[in-house]
Amino acid sequence: MHYTFQFADVFAAWPLLLKGTWITVQLSIFATALGLLVAILCAWAKTSGPKPLRWVVQVYIELIRNTPFLVQLFFFFFALPSIGLRWSPYTAALTAMVVNLGAYATEIIRAGIESIPKGQIEAGLALNLKEHQIFRLIILKPALRAIFPALTSQFILLMLSSAVVSVISADDLTSVAANLQSQTFRSFEIYIVVTGIYLVLALMFSALFRTIQRRALSYPDRR
Amino acid sequence: MRSFGIHDFWFILEAGRWTVLLSLIAFTGGAIGGLAVALARTADNVVARRLSTGFIQLFQGTPLLMQLFLVFFGAPVLGLEISPWVAAGVALVLNTSAFLGEIWRGSIQAIPRGQWEAAEALGLHYAARMRRVILPQAWTIALPPTVGYMVQVIKGTSLAAIIGFTEITRAGQIINNATFQPLIVFSVVGAIYFALCWPLSLWASHIEKRRAATLAR
Repeated sequence: MHYTFQFADVFAAWPLLLKGTWITVQLSIFATALGLLVAILCAWAKTSGPKPLRWVVQVYIELIRNTPFLVQLFFFFFALPSIGLRWSPYTAALTAMVVNLGAYATEIIRAGIESIPKGQIEAGLALNLKEHQIFRLIILKPALRAIFPALTSQFILLMLSSAVVSVISADDLTSVAANLQSQTFRSFEIYIVVTGIYLVLALMFSALFRTIQRRALSYPDRR
Repeated sequence: MRSFGIHDFWFILEAGRWTVLLSLIAFTGGAIGGLAVALARTADNVVARRLSTGFIQLFQGTPLLMQLFLVFFGAPVLGLEISPWVAAGVALVLNTSAFLGEIWRGSIQAIPRGQWEAAEALGLHYAARMRRVILPQAWTIALPPTVGYMVQVIKGTSLAAIIGFTEITRAGQIINNATFQPLIVFSVVGAIYFALCWPLSLWASHIEKRRAATLAR
């Protein structure tokens, strides 16, 4: 083993790495926000929509969950432009992420809605709570409490799998790494540093989500 | 430029055997590694517990693509020239070990404490206690998520295309470059993955429901 590690080129490029990190975080947050909207609509359609709509949503979920994200990305980036839809790598990546997260989050949200027993809503009515109070206190908060861990780990999974969007050069952290690699040939050093950045991001977000869960969604004290 | 024909379809379908083979390697290796990780994670030994926790956090907290790149570009640093085959195999085995290890840890810990104590009271030592009492019960809990995870493994093998391993996705890219009919090419690619993964997903949810029904009785 006669390899000398040279991190100088990697660290010299820190503004680029920082920008790539920001794009990765930004893509993940936008995709989660939009994906949750899709998921809420689909969860509604699946639990109380008309039958054909339920069937369409089910097909969407099964298609997305049983094909690789990379193939979905190629579909959005290569296949759809061939029938006239033109968009940038960034938009294609974001769309693929929204569609992917939407499918997984639909199942999570549906489980959350179904976790609220009917009797609790009836109990709320019996206590003469107003409609918005019932929704906020009896449906929304307990449902969020139940699905929050699953949703947040889905966010982290999405952020990590977003490394794949570098294959269409979507300017994310891994794309920056791939560009640096072709300029400096310091592949191993670059990918070690970038892997470290992803690890820090994942740990930071999971610490943040745990704090939110503890502060905002914990059970009230029974004193 | 030529148009997409039956030969192109066969080319992609035949590349499917490499996807299947890579998935089998990843899953078999990952099952052995995962069992070791799960046992270490539930062991009394503090060092074993810390090491396995770190291993799981490292592999669950970084992208699979980065793990693949680090093996692929890291091996030459150690003076080894490795093919995309070996790099993909090693990275996927390590990744699967971490995820299966975490799933199986949960299944082992779901076995009530009384079972451990009863086995101990019967004078069973660690190996017999695990093999005869704990693992057979943990197995029924672990089966549905394990089958579900097989789907993730198959989908994960698509990343090997990025380091130039010709499995289904890479075969699709090659055909797309020759025919430039991405809509049909990537629909075919997606359909082959779906045909591999969907039966496993259905099986996983079937055994999950059967287990729930048994528990409810």
